[in-house]
This record gives sequence, C-alpha cells and structure tokens, in this order.
Amino acid sequence: MSHKKDLAAVDGRRFNVDGILTAVSVVLLLIVVVIPVFSIIYNSFFYKGQFDPQLFIGQLTDANNLAAMWNTIKIAFWVTLLGTILGTFYAWLLGRSDIPAKGLMRALFNIPYMFPPFLGAMAWDLLLNGRSGYLNKALMEIFHLSKAPVNINTLAGIIFVEISYYFPFVFMQVVSALERMDPTLEECARIAGAKQMTVIRKITLPLVVPAISAGALLIMTTSLAHFGVPSILGFSQGIFTLPTKIYAVISRSEGSFEGIRQGAALSIMLVIVVSIALIIQKKVLSSGSYDIIKGKSMRPTLIKLRGAKIPLLVLCIATLILIVVVPLVMIFLVSLVKAYGLPLVPENFTFNNYMKVFRMDGTMNSIFNSLKLSIGAGIICMFLGTLIAYVVQKIKPKGKEALEILSVLPYSLPGTVLAIGVILAWSGAIFGIKLSNTLWIILIAYIARYLSFSMKSSSAALLQVHPSLEEAARTCGASHMESLKDVTLPLIRPAMVSGFFLIFLPAMREVTTSVLLYGPYTRTLGVQIYSLRDAGMIPQAAALGSIAIVLIIICNTIVTEVTKDRKGV
Amino acid sequence: MAKVSFKNISFKYGDHQILKDFSLDIESGEIMCLVGPSGCGKTTLVRCLLGLNKPETGEIYVGDTCIFSAKSRTNMAVERRNIGIVFQDYAVWPHLTVSENVGYPLKKKRVSKAEIAQRVADTLALVNMTEYANHLPSQLSGGQQQRVAIARALVSNSDIIVMDEPITNLDAKLREQMLEEIREIQRKSGTTVLYITHDQQSALQLCDRMAIMEPDGTLCQLGTDEDIILRPANRFTFEFIGVSNFIPVEANGGKLTLKPEGGSFPWADGVLPEGTDLSQGLEVGVRPNDIVFDPQSPLRAVVTRSVFLGSEYDYFIQLGSQELRVQQNTLDAARYGIVKEGAETGIRLLNYRFYPPKKEVSA
Amino acid sequence: MDQVVLRHVTKRFTTKTLGDIVAVDDFNLEVHDGECFSFLGPSGCGKSTTLRMIAGFEDLSEGEIELCGKEVSSKEKNLYIPPEERGLGMVFQSFAVWPHMNVFENVAFPLRIQKVNKTDIETRVREAMKHTSLTGLEKVFPSDLSGGQQQRIALARAIVTQPKVMLLDEPLSNLDPKLRETMRFEIKELQREFGFTIIFVTHDQSEAMAISDRMMVCDMGKIMQIDTPENLYNKPNSRFVHSFLGESTFINVNIVDGKVYAQGDNENPLALDIPKDADRQMVVATRPNSIDLLGADQEGYPTHIEKRIFLTDRTEYIVPVGEQKLKIQTPHRISFAEGDACRVRLISPMWYPMEDEAAEKERQRRQLV
Repeated sequence: MSHKKDLAAVDGRRFNVDGILTAVSVVLLLIVVVIPVFSIIYNSFFYKGQFDPQLFIGQLTDANNLAAMWNTIKIAFWVTLLGTILGTFYAWLLGRSDIPAKGLMRALFNIPYMFPPFLGAMAWDLLLNGRSGYLNKALMEIFHLSKAPVNINTLAGIIFVEISYYFPFVFMQVVSALERMDPTLEECARIAGAKQMTVIRKITLPLVVPAISAGALLIMTTSLAHFGVPSILGFSQGIFTLPTKIYAVISRSEGSFEGIRQGAALSIMLVIVVSIALIIQKKVLSSGSYDIIKGKSMRPTLIKLRGAKIPLLVLCIATLILIVVVPLVMIFLVSLVKAYGLPLVPENFTFNNYMKVFRMDGTMNSIFNSLKLSIGAGIICMFLGTLIAYVVQKIKPKGKEALEILSVLPYSLPGTVLAIGVILAWSGAIFGIKLSNTLWIILIAYIARYLSFSMKSSSAALLQVHPSLEEAARTCGASHMESLKDVTLPLIRPAMVSGFFLIFLPAMREVTTSVLLYGPYTRTLGVQIYSLRDAGMIPQAAALGSIAIVLIIICNTIVTEVTKDRKGV
Repeated sequence: MAKVSFKNISFKYGDHQILKDFSLDIESGEIMCLVGPSGCGKTTLVRCLLGLNKPETGEIYVGDTCIFSAKSRTNMAVERRNIGIVFQDYAVWPHLTVSENVGYPLKKKRVSKAEIAQRVADTLALVNMTEYANHLPSQLSGGQQQRVAIARALVSNSDIIVMDEPITNLDAKLREQMLEEIREIQRKSGTTVLYITHDQQSALQLCDRMAIMEPDGTLCQLGTDEDIILRPANRFTFEFIGVSNFIPVEANGGKLTLKPEGGSFPWADGVLPEGTDLSQGLEVGVRPNDIVFDPQSPLRAVVTRSVFLGSEYDYFIQLGSQELRVQQNTLDAARYGIVKEGAETGIRLLNYRFYPPKKEVSA
Repeated sequence: MDQVVLRHVTKRFTTKTLGDIVAVDDFNLEVHDGECFSFLGPSGCGKSTTLRMIAGFEDLSEGEIELCGKEVSSKEKNLYIPPEERGLGMVFQSFAVWPHMNVFENVAFPLRIQKVNKTDIETRVREAMKHTSLTGLEKVFPSDLSGGQQQRIALARAIVTQPKVMLLDEPLSNLDPKLRETMRFEIKELQREFGFTIIFVTHDQSEAMAISDRMMVCDMGKIMQIDTPENLYNKPNSRFVHSFLGESTFINVNIVDGKVYAQGDNENPLALDIPKDADRQMVVATRPNSIDLLGADQEGYPTHIEKRIFLTDRTEYIVPVGEQKLKIQTPHRISFAEGDACRVRLISPMWYPMEDEAAEKERQRRQLV
C-alpha cells in the first residue's frame, strides 16, 4: 500500500464518519424543530406572503385573550410560590429530620410526579364540583346547606390541584441537594456557636437556594404551559388560560386555516409570557450554583424533632392522603359506579363500565396508538438524542451550541405551541406533505417535545466516557467505527435505555399536544379519556383512567427494575 | 520489541509551538523515561507516536517501519501501528471483564479463540491477575486496574509499550510497588518501554536511560541515572531533579565570595573549575544534604527552623538574610548532634556546581 | 492544666457491611495546655471518630470527656453538651467555608452568633485575617479563591473567637505538597501567637512528626503508643508503630544457640545482641538509613548487591539476607555496583515478636468501612 493512500485513508475515514453523523443530526433537527417553529412565526405575522401584523395585534388586544393571559400568570405565580414552599418544607423534613418511615414517604411523595395531572383534576372535579361533586353533595346534606361549600371549578381550585402535582419538582431537587451537601458545612456553624435553628436559617437554606430555584423554574414553566387541569376544571365555568384558549379557538374553528392562524398568534403570546417569566426568574435569583458537594461522605446529622415529631408525621400523612390517596380512590370508585351521580355505595357498583369501555371502538385503538407513539418516540429520540449528544460532546463541529440549543428548545416551548407549529408545517405547506390526522404528525410532535430528555441523558453519560477509553481501543487495533461500536455505545447504553423510559412514560399519559393533533383514528389514551369525560360518560372515563394508572404503575416498576443496577459508567 | 526513532518532530497546537525539531532514539528492549515538567510536550510526543496527533514535520520509525513521515506523507492509522499504551487513568473498559479487556487487541487481530484464551491467561499470569480474570474493573483497586491496562498493552506483543504517567493516580506505597512490578514485567517480557512522567523520583527508580525535557519542549539531557544526577548538563536539570539552593558568587581573581542577600562571605573552600564562563554572572547550586554543619567553618549561618521528619532533620538556615534548606539524615544527627533553632553555626558546602543566574522570564 | 482529657472513651458502631465494630476502644489520654497533639493512624483506626466525640458530633458508648476542666460528655452521668456550647475551634479537611458568604462574613459568623457589637467584629475579624494573610480579600467569595486560601479562611474563622482548644481534622490533606509544608508552619505560628491547644488528626506520619509536640499512634480502634515524635521514631513499641512512622525494613530471624540467623540462612549469623525476653522466632526492625554497607573485606553479614537505585540525594540498595530482602539507603559516596559482594551491619535495631495474620486481616476489614 502506498504511503500516500495511507494518509488519505486516515483523514478521509475520520471525516466520513464524523461528517455523516453531523449532517444527519442537522437534517433531523431541521425537520422536527426548525420548520414547526418557523411556521408559527411566519403564519402569525405573514398572510399570503405579505407582512400582516393585523391578526397578531387583534389577538393581543382582545379582552378575552388578555383575561386568559392574566389567568395563566396568576395560576403560575401561586402554583410556583406555594409549590416551592411546600416542596422545600417536605424536602427538609424528609432529608434532615428524624421523622420515621422516610424511605416509604419519599416514594409516596414522588407518586404525584408519575400521574397525569388531568386525572387528578378529574378526581377533584368528581368530589368538589360546584354543582354535583360527591363531597359537596354530602356536605350539603349533612349541614343542610343550600350551596356547595367548596367549589373546585375556580382559579383557586386549579391552583390547588396543580400544586399537588407540581411540588415534587422542588421536593426532589432539594432532597437530593440536601443529601449530597457536605455535612461539615453545617457542623462548622455548630462549632462556631450557632444553634440548630440558626444553622438551618443561615447555612442550610441559603446553600440549597440553587436547587430550590431550579425546581421553582420547572414548576413555573410547566404551569404556564399546562393544559389538563385548567381545561377540566375551568371550561365549565368559562375560566380560560392561554393553552386552553388556544385549544378552544382551534376546536371551535373546526380546523379552518383562520382558526389555526389565530391559535398561532395566541401561541406567540404564550411564548412571550414564558420568556418574560424566565427572564424575571433569572433576575430575581441570580445566585450561582455553589459547589457544596465534597469531602468525605458522612451521614448528615439528623435533627431531632422531639415533641413536634408526631404532629409533623400526622401532617405528612394527611398531605399524602390528600394528594395521593383521595384522587386515586375517587377515580377508582367512580369507575365502578353504575351511573354518574349515584351514591358511592357497594350496591351501586359494577364492572360494566370497564366492559363498556373496552367494547367501545376507540378504546383499544387509543391504547395501541399511545403504545405505538410512546415506543416509537422513545426509540427514535433515544437514537437521535444520542446522535446529537455525540456530535455535540465528541465531534464538536463549528456551531455545536446551535445544535444543542435547537434540541433543547422544544422542551421550553409549551406543548400546545409545538402542536400548532406541527400542524402549520405538515399540513401541506412544505412539499405538499400532508400528515394531519395521521399518527405521524403526533409522532413528530412527540419527538420534538421529548428529544431533550434523551439528549441530556446520553450527554451526561458521554461526558463520563473519557477520550482515553476510545483511544485505547484505537491503539488496540480497532478502527474509528469499531471503537464506537465496541466501547462508546456499550458504555452509554444504560443512559440510552433510561432516556427511552424518560420519554416513554410521559408520552403514555400525554394529552396537551395530542388533543390538538388527533384525528378520528388517531386518538391517544389521554385524548380518549378526555373525550369520554367531555361526552359526559364520566364513569367510563374513570374506568379508562384507572386502566391508565395501572399501566403507568406497571411501566414505572419495569423502569426502576431496569435502571436499578446499571453496569458501566 | 523494536527500536523507536523520532526524527525532527515539530508540532504546533494553534499558534503554540509545542515541539520543535525534536529527535530521540529509544534502543530496543530498554526502559526509556521521558521526564519533564507538565506542559513541556511529552504527552504530545506520545500522541504523535500513537497517531492521535499529527506532527507538522519529521519522521517516526518503529524498527524499520516508517509509521509517520511528513515528507513522504506517510501516516499509518492508529489501529495499525502496533503500539501498546497505558494511560494515566487506566482506560480499562468498565463494561468488559478483565479477560475481555486483555483479549480485545487479539480479537481485533482476528486471532483464534483458543489462542486468545491462551495468550490472555499467560499475560494475566505475568501481571499477577489470574484470579481476577472474570472480574469487572469496578471490582478492582486502582493498582489492579493499572495491571489490567499493562496486560492489555503487553498481550499483542507490541513493538513498544508507552506508559503515560501510569502511577500518578495511585497512593505512595502502591506507586513504589507498581514501579517494581513494571520493571519486573519488562524484564520478563523484554519489551521496549517508553515511560512518561513529570516525577523524576519514579523515573530514577525505573529507567535504563532518562531523557529530560525543558519546559519549551527541547531535549536537554539524555543519559543514565548517574549521568543525570552526578553530571547535570545545565541549571534546569540540576533544579528539576531535586531540591536545590542557589547562592550568588563573586569571583575576583582566584578568590570566591558568596554574596547571599544581605551578606558577603569570603569562601576559601570554593574551587572554580577551569574555564567557567563568568560573563553572565555566577551562582553556586548546592543540594540540602550537601550543606553540612561544621562549627569551625567561617561561613556562619543561623538556624531558623528545625523539623524532625523521621529519617532526617529538615533545617531552614539564614546565610546573610537568604534562606537556605539543609537536610541532615538522622544517623548523622545522632552521631554529630543536631543544631537547635536560633543557634548560630558554621556550614560547609559539598558537591556544589556553578551556573549562570536564572534569566528573568521575558514576557 | 490539661485542656483535653479522655477517660475510658469507647465508641461502638453497627454497620451493615461489617456488623458490630468497636471504633474506639477505651481511649485514655490528656492533652496539655498549649500543646500540639496529633492523632495518627491509618484510615479506620478511630482517630476521626475520637475527634468527633470531642467536638460533640458523636455521643459516647462509654467513658467521659473533659474540656478545659469542665466535663462535656459523660455516658455515666448522661451528660452531653452540644458542639455550639463547647467553645472549640475546628478546621475540616474539606475546608467547609460557606460558599454563600464572602470572606469577611465567613470569618465574622462566629462573632455575629455571639452578638458581638459591630465595631468589635470589625477589628477582631481584621485581626484574624491579618494573621492568616487574608487582608484585602474581605469582599471576595470563597469560590474565587485557591484551596490554600480557603483553608486560611477556615483557620481565621476558627481563631476569631480565640478558643482554648483547636481541633484540626486532616486540614492539609486536600492541599498540594508544597502548600502543605507552608501551612504547617503557619499553623504553628498561629499557635505561638494565640496560645491555643491543638489536636491534629492526620494519616500522614511526616506531617504529624513535623508539627506535633506529642502524638498518639492508633490502629484498629486501639491506642498503640503516645510519645514525642523522636521517641516514637527511635523507640517504637511495636512493629506497627515502627513501620507506620518512616521507612522500615524487617528481617524475620531464628535464634539458635544464642546466635541470630535470618530465615533462610542457617550458616552466617547476624552479629546482634539478643534481648533477654526473646522468643525463638523474632522480627528485627531497622531503618534503611541505619544500616552500614561495607566492603567485602570488612566485618558484617556477607551478601551481595542485588539491585541499585540511584536517587537524587541518596542511593538505595536491595540486598538479600537469607530469603529476605533488606533495603539500604546510603549517601552517593558509598558506591557499589549491582552484583558486588558486600557486608552489612545493622545499627541498633529493634526487636518485635512475629505478627499474627489475624491482625492484618482485621485491619483490612476495617478499612472497608
């Protein structure tokens, strides 16, 4: 072999593999992210190729829309504030005090994180609906009231339900920060003469502020974009938020282009609100992240609660009952009842609702659709996310930051907005490709929405794969491709698998995006429950909800088992 | 095993010239230690040898094979160079067992399964890891993981094994033990070893020959341990190879005067070698254990600190107002007595060497 | 007066991996006023646990602790004074400076807790910062400082209340070797200035020897020896202390007819005085630099140079003695080549009984904690 050819082979091969990987990830990101986002902006401001801000200005000055925007902000504000306080309080209680049964309670506190909030909203609606809630009726009967004492169909009700599902965001962040914190930071303050309470106030709390604010940020962006709870609790009372307003506009317009354009304009409003919130958050909490994790691993000293132990334990249990047990039991009981409104006593119970649900056309279909979509999105994202992570972390082409931003961007976009973008992009506007009413359009939306999950998971794993591991393989006689296949891929496989489940689980219970994208034959599980309830078939909706919950529990158990002892990095 | 030659290697990283016209020959079957401060370009040189970096100029030969030549545009692919490497961070693959790790290079060479098994077993025996064949790296200590890395480098009968700071991540006791083992393994296998380190102590313990690199990437001395310690080529080697004191000296006719900060001491014992260049000024360099206490000596110094370290006493003394370090081994201390903090005593300098003063580092 | 007194202090743990373990077994010691006292031992020897009991972060399973003449922990009297009321200063290996406070606030914290008035805080903090060479860094946050500077903050924070007793828990282990040496002198300097008593925990023998007036060597939860560094180095009472403090080289010997034979050589005796209570089998211990290496024509045990290592300040020789290897360190002027015949003479060696393997296993088991 000539020397000349040898050199070219080395350089050429490297260029080929890396170049192809980079090109593929750019094209895929273009399809799932860039085109939909561009479509929204274009359609909001341009009409038939002309710049036309009329529509946008019209939407912006509409009183109803402004009211919806105001509601969105109010809800997000209170949910973030109260959820953060609640999450921090319980994190401290379970992370640093000597309260009993910590492990069990921690597991239970994470449950709300797994369940779709719209099922919770359904349960609370069944209990405390202003007209026909079971609990309301019971209370009216017992106390001879003429009016329902508690009405969940209010802003306060929406805030309450959202808090109970979103406070785990802060809870989980803070618990793990507390656990990883170097205990000598606190011990030092004790030595300096500070009492336990002073240490919490002056040292512990300030140190976990970064964790708190990260969790709070998650709550806020999620709440601003949230569709399920306000739609279930608010529609009947005419309480709209921006995401529900967008849905209302689109479903009212029966798919007309004008309606979708209105939706797009509203989407831009929503994105602006989210962005402003993010900026404010950044200004308020400009604290950097501290390096609080070092030193020997030592059990942190637990704070003795003494007399407060029992009352606090009772409080914990009461909270758990309120946010976990009550909604679950309620959904299950209602799924058994012969007809909505009948008292919840054993004589009225039947399994007929389950039979009925399954005999219905759409049900099995919707379960299969959801499975197909979740598995499909999971697998595609797993590979695409890993591909992008590899390109960003290892190949480092020029403009890798842009790639990274593009893959994370859709996550901070509300699901509703993303759905509109996908509709606008893939309803024949580009190359005449028309995907509306197919599973493909939902799949594209899911991929865009969840891509960042797998990207982050694989990225973290790739960072752990030191370059010398690949180089060692090369010097052992492996080609570039072989070293990827033999060393890098096996090492990040666990992270890829957990990336898959990180996508599969939320996709199974997804409703925000699919409710805008479904067609007659492409209902998802979430959409099916949602429309059953909408059609007044409440016990059947509850039955399907129960099935969904069982499915989620099964999947979640599998995930924990799979990711428990992962080998490798 | 094979002889390795670097010929006029230059390498630039961006605008930063790391290696310039660097040449070095490593004899077949020897342990060559390449020693230099961090950032001097020794790792770059190794990466050029492995094919992970591409030099601008020069040629690299392993045996008679040219694996790189800028002129004839030869650049053999990394995987075809047949060079074993042991990295500082071990780089054993965590998802493979010990024997899978060691067998990997053979697998890539399409060696038959039976032969792989045999050669892996032989190599593991050589590094004393036979009983860990089916362990995963996570179940091994740092020293054991490094042995796996060495076995992996040895198994395919590479022409040369490169070790890049292989013991830096181990604790002191284990480091010493590993050095002995590496020496032993090399003796048994007869491989040529290129050992890279910034730590001259471990290099001295291991090497047949040493090559000292200056911070700017030039080779400043090549020789055996004795050459380097007893006949350091220049001030850099002298300073790099151990703790040292430097005292300014004035030569007036045949007479020498020590000129430490804040003092001037006629130095009758001092002998200036013939032909010493005086044009740039003069300093005398002396190691801490070559300064001895002698109450009769006219060179008077005050002991400011005396610390007992077990095998030796560590002193700080002041000559004029310049602080010097002195070491006295415990046996001598027991025989001749120690000097208390605050006491004044005479000193004598042994085995000193003259060097021009350090140039101010230009910006 | 004794500043710190431990009487029968014992700590038992139950761990998942090891079961019951006596981490600290009946420790008795007094640390005198103004002394620098080190706890030295390998990991798992109980030194850190003892320190944490003195600080008040761990309770005692048995015994009592006295600080500055006042009882602070006593199992018998069920007495436990929390750390904040013990009036100690403490510095940790991890620095433990608070990242959310600047240097000034870090150092001022103990005084603010004591409700010292503002002007006093100002002067005392500046004083403490001056002594730890931190002047000018008041407004800087710890994350912008080097490890050495962070440890100086921790020191300043510990001395600002002028405690009588200072607990230092491996304070130099996270610093690079050069800085470690400088900080060692700085700590001694501070002690001279403020006159506090130091308890210094470390696993590094040379650090302990360099800094302490007296030290305690412990192993596997037991005190092995308490003495000055010189006495510990020159007269270690056990093989463990001998090998833990400085380099050691051992020869297993048999004593036959009043003569000492290295194992594996029954012909050439070692010329050594046998101690009175010697068993038939003993270990002779010495330091590599306390061996005379002589020419073949001189008197001593006859052997040859197996290996020579040329180091900057000394030459090391490995020399077989029976079936064992002796390590010898000499100045460069004593020069032999590999293979040369030579004679060796041990200078005042120590004698120890053979160590049983059970102890070694137990030590390894504990290090897994």
